[in-house]
Amino acid sequence: MTKVTMTVNGKARSAEVPDNTLLVDYIRENLRLTGTHVGCDTSQCGACVVHVNGQAVKACTMLAASAEGAEVTTIEGVAASKDDLHPMQVAFKENHGLQCGFCTPGMIMTATDMVSRYKEAGKTLDEHAIREELEGNICRCTGYHNIVKAIADGASKMA
Amino acid sequence: MYDTTYYRASSVSDATSKLAGTEDGKFLAGGQTLIPTMKQRLAAPSDLVDVSGIDALKNISVDGDTVTIGAACTHAQVAGSSEVAQAIPALVSLASGIGDPAVRARGTIGGSIANNDPAADYPAACLGLGATIVTDSREVPADEFFVGMFETALEEGEMVTAVKFPKPAKAGYAKFPNPASRYAMVGVMAAQTANGVRVAVTGAGNDGVFRHSALEEALGANWSADAAQGVSTDAADMMADIHGSSEYRAHLVGVMAGRAVDNS
Ligand SMILES: Cc1cc2nc3c(=O)[nH]c(=O)nc-3n(C[C@H](O)[C@H](O)[C@H](O)COP(=O)(O)OP(=O)(O)OC[C@H]3O[C@@H](n4cnc5c(N)ncnc54)[C@H](O)[C@@H]3O)c2cc1C
Ligand code: FES
Ligand code: FES
Repeated sequence: MTKVTMTVNGKARSAEVPDNTLLVDYIRENLRLTGTHVGCDTSQCGACVVHVNGQAVKACTMLAASAEGAEVTTIEGVAASKDDLHPMQVAFKENHGLQCGFCTPGMIMTATDMVSRYKEAGKTLDEHAIREELEGNICRCTGYHNIVKAIADGASKMA
Repeated sequence: MYDTTYYRASSVSDATSKLAGTEDGKFLAGGQTLIPTMKQRLAAPSDLVDVSGIDALKNISVDGDTVTIGAACTHAQVAGSSEVAQAIPALVSLASGIGDPAVRARGTIGGSIANNDPAADYPAACLGLGATIVTDSREVPADEFFVGMFETALEEGEMVTAVKFPKPAKAGYAKFPNPASRYAMVGVMAAQTANGVRVAVTGAGNDGVFRHSALEEALGANWSADAAQGVSTDAADMMADIHGSSEYRAHLVGVMAGRAVDNS
């Protein structure tokens, strides 16, 4: 067992977990934050994407122990409140960027990460760049078109 | 995933001595290969010694004509490095084409070359640019490091600490990614180095990454995409799987070599 301590969505959390606990299982099972999903066992779908120290990572491909001391943000932590969604969440809603919604938490965490990275690097996040950046996120329903539109819209709203 | 014991190393010597005391332990870097393998129960290390937090392994430096990249530098770090972009732009383009953004945020150069996946990108960079692999105990030229599929010259418990790349006069990388996994179906690094033209091919060879002497000769005489595409590759030495036959890969080698030259 290992004691893990991290800040999740602004709150200090800590627990004793088996050493082989994946970050995604810690988030879902221990913290009961079930918005972060698991869609594959091959690290390819991106349904589990969360931010660790400001970077989008696959929570299914990292041990909870490796996130010791980290700042973690999950989909539950992006909106200011239930009635005040994050601009990227609003954009997904308005552009029909989801159907079943299973991939959406990972899509949103990937989207906000790409927007801030491009802004920081002074690069333009055009449609082609958005599609390339979505390489690690699989959606089985929408056909991506509206997801790409939503991210472009969300990016302009985040500016 | 089977049980394991986790340990976070604070320095290189801490990591190697810790690993030496384990029954069947492994270094853990970005985990982008090891964790999926453990989840599928294809690996079951008794202990994991996490090297991703060792600060000394996270530096990139350029000294004269040598670019040194610490083993725990992530693909994202290399892709975003202005120093590397200036010295060896081909390395930046290679790193930014590995997997997807989340994989690049965690995966490291040390983990990639220690693993030596036959379809990984960095082995082609090391071999094509004539890099030197630095470990906790010695320096190994890339020509001797990549022994075969998933096999390297690393001894039991030996740790990669950095990779030194000599700055080439010109270099280009091109890969034809597998559309699902993004690993290379064929990836070619072609470079004009101080010791002549070097061409390394990943993704295609039966024994993993390899140098292509016919391409080196042709591009040494005439650095052009046409010269590259005129060189044929023996299909008998190429991998075949559900993604492509060996003839298909042999053909792709010439095409990718041409694009690598165009990208240089
Ligand atoms: C969805 C997906 C797509 C990917 N696409 C690509 C791709 O297109 N191209 C590509 O090249 N790779 C790809 N990868 C692999 C990725 O680049 C990995 O990051 C890399 O292969 C391993 O690096 P790591 O730091 O994650 O190592 P880990 O997974 O932590 O370790 C891998 C192996 O190396 C050993 N090791 C780690 N560090 C050291 C060290 N310093 N010294 C000695 N041994 C060490 C470990 O013990 C282990 O055996 C992909 C991975 C995923 C999940
Ligand atoms: S659940 Fe993490 S990538 Fe699919
Ligand atoms: S909305 Fe159903 S998987 Fe993306």
